[in-house]
Amino acid sequence: MTTAVPVPAHDLNPAPPGPGPMVDLPVQTGNPTPATPSRAMLTTLGLIAMISGLLVAAAYEFTAPIIAEKERLATEAAVLRILPGAVTKRDFVIGADGGLTPADTDPGRGSGGLVFAGYDAAGQLQGLAITGIANGYAGPVEVMFAYDPRRQAIVRSKVLKSTETPGFGDKLDTDAAFLKNLEALDARLNAEGSALANPIVTVKNGTKTQPWQIDAITGATISSRAMGKAANQAAQRAAPAIQRDLALLSQPRSPGGPQDD
Amino acid sequence: MTDSPPKTPSAPAPADPFNRQETLTADTFLRGLWQENPVFVMLLGMCPVLAVTNSAINAIGMGLATTFVLLGSGALVSLLRHWIPKQVRIASYIVIIATFVTVVDYAIHAISLELYASLGAFIQLIVVNCIILGRAEAYASKQRLLPTLVNGLGMGLGFTLALLSLGSVREILGNGTLLGHALFGEGFQPWLVMVLPPGGFFVLGAWLLLFAWLKQRRERRILEQAGVAAHG
Repeated sequence: MTTAVPVPAHDLNPAPPGPGPMVDLPVQTGNPTPATPSRAMLTTLGLIAMISGLLVAAAYEFTAPIIAEKERLATEAAVLRILPGAVTKRDFVIGADGGLTPADTDPGRGSGGLVFAGYDAAGQLQGLAITGIANGYAGPVEVMFAYDPRRQAIVRSKVLKSTETPGFGDKLDTDAAFLKNLEALDARLNAEGSALANPIVTVKNGTKTQPWQIDAITGATISSRAMGKAANQAAQRAAPAIQRDLALLSQPRSPGGPQDD
Repeated sequence: MTDSPPKTPSAPAPADPFNRQETLTADTFLRGLWQENPVFVMLLGMCPVLAVTNSAINAIGMGLATTFVLLGSGALVSLLRHWIPKQVRIASYIVIIATFVTVVDYAIHAISLELYASLGAFIQLIVVNCIILGRAEAYASKQRLLPTLVNGLGMGLGFTLALLSLGSVREILGNGTLLGHALFGEGFQPWLVMVLPPGGFFVLGAWLLLFAWLKQRRERRILEQAGVAAHG
């Protein structure tokens, strides 16, 4: 490096070597138009980001309570529809110990999922609504089931959310023969009371032999299987806790207790 | 070719059709509805056009959401057009558009849980709808606020009408209903494929065919009239 002839750094346009007259070439430096300083770009982007932030935050603050209220009403309507006879509901959380606690006294609600208990006007337990979710043909199928703790069975179902193919997979909620399966779907617990004695399964159309089996819809086998998985998931999760704390569920609500209907 | 017929005189072309300031006319509004309809003429925004038009109510919801985003982002881009350096304009437009999409997402969620569930991810996907970025780049960034709003409203309503013309046909044929009201008796056998994804392509194709045929017929008429004038 030391042998190189030092060239001034600014001399980027040396005279062309060789014979001939010297041509005074214009030096190509700088942009033809003045460049926007980076600071202007940063300020603009910062300003736009700030306006965006304000707008989004304002929209969120304004809509969040409305959305929460609508979702609460939608859940309540779904629970009361699936438990005929019930006029009020109470939410319970499945705790880590496998028992139930009222959702309004548990600050960390939803840790193990919610169970909705429906009561009639006299405060008698009418049944429980439990939810399960499983992957169907086109996406997750979310179903709410009515669980009868005395019969230890699922007695009704309603699809809450599904993207199944119209005309095939959406029969889960309309096909009368299929819904018959879910009117007395056995969900008894095993001897220890920790899980179902017989897992709920979907079987091929026309091969149902046991009360814990679901007869699939012809042409919508995958959707039917998702229904079986959702029912099994819901019952495995909630039935042991419900049976364990049935006394808590059955007792009429305390008169001074919080009302959440 | 010395005796070629003289060309029909046309209005003098503006100096730079892409940069002129537009004066507000009825055409500013109507262009989006018909002459430059985003769906049937410009073929932009095909993703929501095909995906959410399986019922009329979805089409209306999607169309109005897009119109809102067009208006909001157009207004902000037009107001800030002198301050946005051109090197960062696309980034700025996307941030502005994303803001209004988020706002409309919250709004639809608050208005109807059902509509929100059935439109699903396609509300968020309005961000990447070419109609909106196209309007910001080609129109709002050069025009005053009022023409931008009027033009955006025209484009948005044009988009809504196009979605509705697909959505209503698909709902009637595929489900036998319009806006949830049954149109036919019990004996109607729905043509299911129409509410499934292929139905979107069929119905869009049929509409495009109809518009192309209308356009061709009109051009033939003009040609015939010109021929009559030349020989008569």
